[in-house]
Amino acid sequence: MIRAGHISKSFGGRQVLTDISAVFEPGKTNLIIGKSGSGKTVFLKCLVGLLEVDEGEIYYDNVLFTGLDFRGRKELRKQMGMLFQGSALFDSMTVEENVRFPLDMFTNMSYDEKLERVNFCLDRVNIVNSNSLFPSELSGGMKKRVAIARAIALKPRFLFCDEPNSGLDPKTSIVIDELIREITVELNMTTIVNTHDMNSVMENGEKIIFIEEGAKCWEGNRNEILKSDCRILNDFVFANALARQLKDSSK
Amino acid sequence: MFRFLSGFGSYWMLLGRVFAKPEKHSIYYRQTMKELVSLGLRSIGIVTIISFFMGAVITLQTAYNTENPIYPTYLIGLGARDSIILEFSSTIVALILAGKVGSNIASEIGTMRVTEQIDALELMGVNSASYIILPKVVAAVLFNPFLTLISIITGIMGGWIVGTSAGVITSQEYIYGIQYAFIPYYITYSLIKTVVFAFIITTVSAHQGYNVDGGSLEVGRASTKAVVYSSVTILLFNVILTQLLLS
Ligand SMILES: Nc1ncnc2c1ncn2[C@@H]1O[C@H](COP(=O)(O)OP(=O)(O)O)[C@@H](O)[C@H]1O
Ligand SMILES: [Mg+2]
Repeated sequence: MIRAGHISKSFGGRQVLTDISAVFEPGKTNLIIGKSGSGKTVFLKCLVGLLEVDEGEIYYDNVLFTGLDFRGRKELRKQMGMLFQGSALFDSMTVEENVRFPLDMFTNMSYDEKLERVNFCLDRVNIVNSNSLFPSELSGGMKKRVAIARAIALKPRFLFCDEPNSGLDPKTSIVIDELIREITVELNMTTIVNTHDMNSVMENGEKIIFIEEGAKCWEGNRNEILKSDCRILNDFVFANALARQLKDSSK
Repeated sequence: MFRFLSGFGSYWMLLGRVFAKPEKHSIYYRQTMKELVSLGLRSIGIVTIISFFMGAVITLQTAYNTENPIYPTYLIGLGARDSIILEFSSTIVALILAGKVGSNIASEIGTMRVTEQIDALELMGVNSASYIILPKVVAAVLFNPFLTLISIITGIMGGWIVGTSAGVITSQEYIYGIQYAFIPYYITYSLIKTVVFAFIITTVSAHQGYNVDGGSLEVGRASTKAVVYSSVTILLFNVILTQLLLS
C-alpha cells in the first residue's frame, strides 16, 4: 500500500501540485488520469522520490518514505519498478543486458541464475529470441515490454507506469494494459499507472484518481466515472464525440 | 555571474556524487574497460594524424625562422622537440580531445538524461552520477598519458620525416638535436598536465550533459558548451600548471 498525504510541489514559484492525498492498494491497478500537463508525471516522480515534495508525506506500507535518508530510500527502491514514458531502456545495452542490469547491480546470483530470471521475465512479456537486440532495433511496443521485464526483474512490490500506452497503436495499447494488470495480480504489487487514455481507464480502472491542474478533483472506479456529475471530469471523459453519444443514449 | 557561481556549485556537488563509494566493483571495472575503448583507443587515430602533421609544421617553421648561419642546424631538432613535448602534445592534444571526447560525453549523458535513463538508474537505487561518470574519468585519466606519449613520438617522427625530405635538416642533425640538452622533467610536466586536462575534459563535459533539462535541442547546446567550457578551463590550468611546475 502507498499512502500520499497533502502533497504539494512547485517549480520556481509555479505551483504544479496542490494538496493531493490518495491511497493506493496492493493487487490493484490504480490509475491517475488527467489532461497532459495536469501534473501526473510530477506526481508519480514525487511518489518515487525522483522529485522532492515541498509539502506532504508519502508512506510505503507503514514506512514514511519522505522521512528516510538516502540509504533508507535506496533500500526501499529495490522494491520499486518503474516503466517510464519513453521506456528509458539503456541504449548501450542489449535487451538481455537491460533486464539483467538490476540483477547484476543488486543480487549475488550466478550468471546462470540471472539468465534464467531474465528469460523468465522476457518470456512473461512475450519477448522471445530477442536477447541480443539493441533497443534501437525494437518497436515501441516491444520497448515497453522489455522495460516492463526490467521493472519486474527484482520482483518489486510497487510498480509505477508513466503513460504506458503513449505512442502505441490501440491494439498494442491493450496488450500492454492487460500485461500490467495481470502482472500486478500475479505479484500482488501496488501498481500506479498514469494515463490520459480513456480505453485503458475503462479496461483497468479499479481505482481512479482524476487530477486537474495539479489538484485532485475526483476519485472512484470505472463504473462510477460514467455516472459522475463532476463537470471537469465529464469534459475529460467524454471529450470525444462517440463517448458523448454513448452517454446521451444511455440516459 | 550568478549563473556562473551556481554552475560552479553544481559542478562540485556532482563531483561529490561521482566519487562516492562505488556500489559494485565488478560493474565499475567492466564499464571502465568499455570507456577505455570508446574514449581512449578510438582517439589514437586522430591524435596520431594531427601529431604527425603538427610535428612536421613545427620543424619547418623552426627551420625557416632560424635561417641564420650563426645557429647550428641541429637546434631545429631541439626546438621542435621542446615545442612538441612542452606544449603541443599536452595542451593542443587536450584541446582537440575536448572537442572530440567532450562533445561525445556531453551528448551521450545528455541523451540519457532526456530519455529518462538517468531517472531509471536513480529509481533502481543506483548512484547514476558515479555509475555513468566515474568510469569515464578513470579511463581518460589512465589512458590520456599514453595518447600524449604517442603524440610526442609521432610528432617528432613527423618532424624528422618531413624535415629531412624538405631538405631543411639532415637526419643526423635532427637526431642529434632531439637528444641535445634533453630535460626528462619536461616529459613529466607534460604528463602531469595531460592528467589534469583529462580530468577537466571528462568532468566538465559530464556536468554539462548530466544537467540537461529539456530535449534534443538542449542536448546539442550542452555538447557545444562542454567543448567551450572545457577548452577555456584547460587554457586557464595550462597557465597555472606551467607557473607551478616550471618556475
Ligand atoms: N522539472 C520541471 N521544471 C519546471 N516545470 C516542470 C518540470 N516538470 C514538469 N513541469 C511542469 O509541471 C506541469 C505538469 O507536468 P507533467 O507532470 O509532466 O504533466 P503530465 O500530466 O502531462 O504528465 C507542466 O506544466 C510542466 O511544465
Ligand atoms: Mg506525463
